[in-house]
Amino acid sequence: MNPILAAENLGRVLPGEVPVTLVQDVTLDIERGEFVAIMGPSGSGKSSLLYLLGLLDTPTSGRVWLDGRDTSRFGEDELAATRLEKLGFVFQFHFLLAEFTVLDNVLLPMRRLSARPEDEARQRAAELLRQLGLGDQGHKRPHQLSGGQRQRVAIARALANDPPVVLADEPTGNLDSHASANVRQILHDLTRELGKTVVAVTHDLTFASAADRRIGIVDGLIAPDWQA
Amino acid sequence: MDEAGGRCARFETWAIFRQAAPSTPVRHPPFSNRLTFGQGSTVSIQLAIAVTHLVSRKRPTLVSLVGIALGVAFFLAVSSLMRGSERDFIKRLVDNSPHLTVYDEYRNPQPQPATLRWPDGAVELRRVKPLREVRGIRGHAQKLAFIESLPGLRAAPVLVGSVVLTFAGRSEGVTLNGIVPAKMKGVSTIEDKMTQGSLEALAAHPNGLVIGEGLARKFGLSLGGVVNAVSPAGESRALKVVGIFRTGNAGYDETQTFTLLKRAQGLLDRPDRVNRFILQFDDPYVAREVASLIEARIGYKAVSWLEASEDLMSVLLVRNLIMYSVVSAILVVAAFGIYNTLSTIVMEKVHDIAILKSMGFHAHDIRRIFLAEGVMLGLVGSLLGLGLGLGLMGLLIQVEIKPPGATDIVHLPIYWGYDQYLLALGFAMASAVGAAVLPARKAARVQPVTILRGMG
Repeated sequence: MNPILAAENLGRVLPGEVPVTLVQDVTLDIERGEFVAIMGPSGSGKSSLLYLLGLLDTPTSGRVWLDGRDTSRFGEDELAATRLEKLGFVFQFHFLLAEFTVLDNVLLPMRRLSARPEDEARQRAAELLRQLGLGDQGHKRPHQLSGGQRQRVAIARALANDPPVVLADEPTGNLDSHASANVRQILHDLTRELGKTVVAVTHDLTFASAADRRIGIVDGLIAPDWQA
Repeated sequence: MDEAGGRCARFETWAIFRQAAPSTPVRHPPFSNRLTFGQGSTVSIQLAIAVTHLVSRKRPTLVSLVGIALGVAFFLAVSSLMRGSERDFIKRLVDNSPHLTVYDEYRNPQPQPATLRWPDGAVELRRVKPLREVRGIRGHAQKLAFIESLPGLRAAPVLVGSVVLTFAGRSEGVTLNGIVPAKMKGVSTIEDKMTQGSLEALAAHPNGLVIGEGLARKFGLSLGGVVNAVSPAGESRALKVVGIFRTGNAGYDETQTFTLLKRAQGLLDRPDRVNRFILQFDDPYVAREVASLIEARIGYKAVSWLEASEDLMSVLLVRNLIMYSVVSAILVVAAFGIYNTLSTIVMEKVHDIAILKSMGFHAHDIRRIFLAEGVMLGLVGSLLGLGLGLGLMGLLIQVEIKPPGATDIVHLPIYWGYDQYLLALGFAMASAVGAAVLPARKAARVQPVTILRGMG
């Protein structure tokens, strides 16, 4: 079976007077339903790798395969369309739109995709929030929620269009241990219960220990024997 | 804290992912409806985001709106005043002279028969003199009947000639207009300018004469006075003053006199002739087209007031151009307010833009959001400005002016035509959308990775 997400000799160099190498020659396969943690010291290029895998950034060398398709020839619109349908993002900071209600935030990706009628989309958003224990929070604004709740709203939003892959950048970096455990459990369950693929960049050893596989990144390179 | 609730959620079901639709209806939480736009279309989500941006930044939004509203209001006030005074000016120009005059002349000299026969002839006949004829419009009765059959106009036949008036040893050359009083009333305002006697009195007095106040003063004539008229044809007749008019134009008041058409024909020795048709239209601006129609049909030269005062019309056009460029400049300044507001929103919402793009919003979605903000500011500002402008125009029309030396109170002339509203709206929308283009482009170019790296 094809890997859902694969990097092939992936490299990213920031151009400039002194070019900065963020990621170099990363090759890896991520299988469906896998829970992968990317670890490494600060500035090692792990977040850059995640952005490349998430089609947010364009590699300077190599390519990313998503669901059996080579994304290196995609134009900007096709990349955006692929992100909308196939990928969900959870960032360290929740990045919810402050002026929208929690429910409207979860509805955003569905409304953009327009694959579901508004009624069905609303039911789905409400159900997602309920599944994440936020069933009665839909009408609130993000600032009325705790950090852990907001991160769960961000997860609900990432799941809105039912993407096969969820990418998380330090999803617990800003949370207390209680909320971290909750988010970790949710991401873990996504892979077990729903067969989603979760790739998370983390500093959090407890978080990493829950993953199926840990990939160490040092200076933009895969470090097979890296230990935190 | 609700963290416990989250843990309880333990995904025992996740039914939502296993079935096409939930089997049991989900009880909707009480959403705020403020931002939920009818359908879940891409356009409505763009609009919803655009609205929240503007609503969440009330003060700059308000300032931008006020800028556009004031611009539109001033635009309308100045435009209505300038256009009103232009119309007033034209009205005076038009009402004191005929809208259209048909002369007993041809626009181009009649070609000679030899030229018609041999248009490419190599030899030119020189010293050809046109045939001598009695001047005047030939067959004027049928031609007048044809002109009168056209809709929206009134026409009057006139015979114009020169005579010398003598009274108490004093002589003065004047223009004598032979008119049909009943028809003249329809084409001229002379009737309204009578200070003594009336135009109709001519009909009752075959030897009646209507003169201007200036001439009356020159001669020391008053109503009922008798003056002797001598024509170049050698005819002479005593005419009785039955009316005195005052137009306020000194030249006109001193040189123009009116008598019956029949009397003028006799005096000038041109029996059954007229040499002009004077036309007045319901809408003076059709004069030019009707002039060419008449000219094509009856052959004689027809000059509309637009043609006769072409120099003035071009002055008015230049005046309007200057006025509109000045008032549009106000809107351009207002556009900077919109540019400023939208640029600030782009800077403040750069994280939102980054997340929207990472979520899968296209660059053009983002661009449209900010263009929509420009359109909304322009539209709402224009509507506010329209109200304000109408208010200003209402105030202006109440202003009363007493020109020095005049006795009547004059109101400022205000033009209420709808075309200036459309023009104001057009300028306002163009400025607003133009101001939104750069911020929109900047927003569309935001690279999520740049923002995310900055946060990480």
